Amino acid sequence: MLNQDAKLNQKLLQPDVEQEPLRFGFGRGLVLAGRGDKNVVVLCADLTDSTKVSDFKKEFPERFIEAGIAEQNMASLAAGLAAVGKVPFITSYAMFSPGRNWEQIRTTICYNDVNVKIAGSHAGVSVGPDGATHQATEDIAITRVIPNMTVITPCDSIEAEKATLLAARIRGPVYFRLAREKTPIITTKDSPFEIGKANVLREGKDVVIIACGPLVYNSLLAAEELSKEGIEVAVINNHTIKPMDETTIARFAEQTGAVVTVEEHQISGGMGSAVAEILARNHPVPMEFVGVHDRFGESGEPNELIEHFGMGVKDITEAVKKVISRK
Amino acid sequence: MHLFDEQIKKLEDFANQIRQDVINMLLEAKSGHSAGPLGMADVFTVLYLTDAIKQDPKNPNWEERDRIVLSNGHICPVMYAAMAHAGYFPKEELMTLRKYGSRLQGHPHREKLPGLEISSGPLGSGLSQAAGMAYGFKLDKNQARLPMRQVVCLMGDGELDCGQVWEAVMWAGKNKLDNLTAIIDRNNIQIDGFTEDVMPLEPLRKKFESFGWSVLEIDGHNIKEIYDAIFEARAIFEKPVMIIAHTIPGKGVDFMEFDFTWHGKPPNAEEGKKALDELRSLGGKITSENQ
Repeated sequence: MLNQDAKLNQKLLQPDVEQEPLRFGFGRGLVLAGRGDKNVVVLCADLTDSTKVSDFKKEFPERFIEAGIAEQNMASLAAGLAAVGKVPFITSYAMFSPGRNWEQIRTTICYNDVNVKIAGSHAGVSVGPDGATHQATEDIAITRVIPNMTVITPCDSIEAEKATLLAARIRGPVYFRLAREKTPIITTKDSPFEIGKANVLREGKDVVIIACGPLVYNSLLAAEELSKEGIEVAVINNHTIKPMDETTIARFAEQTGAVVTVEEHQISGGMGSAVAEILARNHPVPMEFVGVHDRFGESGEPNELIEHFGMGVKDITEAVKKVISRK
Repeated sequence: MHLFDEQIKKLEDFANQIRQDVINMLLEAKSGHSAGPLGMADVFTVLYLTDAIKQDPKNPNWEERDRIVLSNGHICPVMYAAMAHAGYFPKEELMTLRKYGSRLQGHPHREKLPGLEISSGPLGSGLSQAAGMAYGFKLDKNQARLPMRQVVCLMGDGELDCGQVWEAVMWAGKNKLDNLTAIIDRNNIQIDGFTEDVMPLEPLRKKFESFGWSVLEIDGHNIKEIYDAIFEARAIFEKPVMIIAHTIPGKGVDFMEFDFTWHGKPPNAEEGKKALDELRSLGGKITSENQ
């Protein structure tokens, strides 16, 4: 049963649910952040349109900084700008930032503990036809491991907008993960969104699915199907991977006694691993992990790739049944 | 804006004292880098003990200060020594270098010691951060709130191997950051050998000029030349300025000079004594210190 307090999209489970890429919400959030704080500046690495920072550039041309195809320099420029009071957002595809410029993010941003926001778009295999070179499936692992970093994975464009605005307001380095393709709108403007607070989207007593990013949608569909078979599954939108909401996660693990994590990311080091780290200490229960299993992506249509790599609705329902059998 | 002869003499004595501090610190720490810190003692003397850089050691976060950004963090012993003499922290603290609980980390950590603008160690990223700061000040200037602040970035020549340096050089040239000055310690050595053997860098002047920088070349051990170059760099409009400071690695200690094997190691007790004897005798000009 859907949690009414989550104030989800009324059309969520209908075939004509609205769809929009996460990066569009990011673009809108950036303009709002720019209006709210004159110190917000945006750096881009030759991808202004596809990361959707074009609207910010249009409204605040003097605060838009083109770094060229030089992500390492971009990260450290931002560290310098932050050191003199600016609130820089660095934007590129996740594969290049935080991929290529990881050490600069680690040392010049996080070790310095300066106020830089890192937006990585085109995350996951759903990038589609561009193929594995452009499909970041390691970004959560490499960002959550760095001290001082906050890591956020919005589930839809509305959450991406909220995450962008909130990132501008909190102090310190933040990484947030965006996707290229249109994905279903799950939440509404009225849905709660607080960094570090997981949202319970669906109640259920048998299993809890802890999901993040656009795959929250597949998780909800899987829960609906399982409900028809008499299996009641709770679904949590675990949008903040660091600092993670240990309380909610441990409580649901205890209530249901079985956990399935769902993410469009490598199983090793990702959101599911972080959940396992928490539960191993607090409340160990059987777990199954839905995600990419130690492989690179490939070209294809987003939906067929999600199925191919084992993150479709059917894969999630199977994982739920498997974890129940291990209870 | 002008140094008189007696001031220069005094600053040279300071530089000599800083070299002795560096040797003493390395002896105590039993690890660290010798050649670079000794070679840059004169430059750091000018940066911290003259009026070349706007700063207030008693108020290290003064908003109107210029920014000294150390990119090649491994030469930090010379920076720490100069900062102590300038009054940023007590000189006794110099002997805690690299020890547990010390504010003087083996490579500088901004959050440990007030007065440090960045943490550094991994080479090649200081110039980018300095360029970001300089650009930030330009944005502030449009808001006409504070006077223009200068950003001075200290770099090694070995780190010019890093691609990121050239990304920053290109970007700063494009953006005409005339409030950015970089000083390269052109000592021709790095860990594996001479820079031109490891990775040829020349012609450096032409390289920077072609990226839209103005280039000054100086004797990096001549106090007056260093001082004048920093002021000249401030006066150059519409271009960032690269000061190539030609230096002798290990300067002041005969057996270390020009020897790349001294890049990354400290002297042992015997070598340290020999080094201090030479520095205290001003290269043999006085003998009383040796007796």
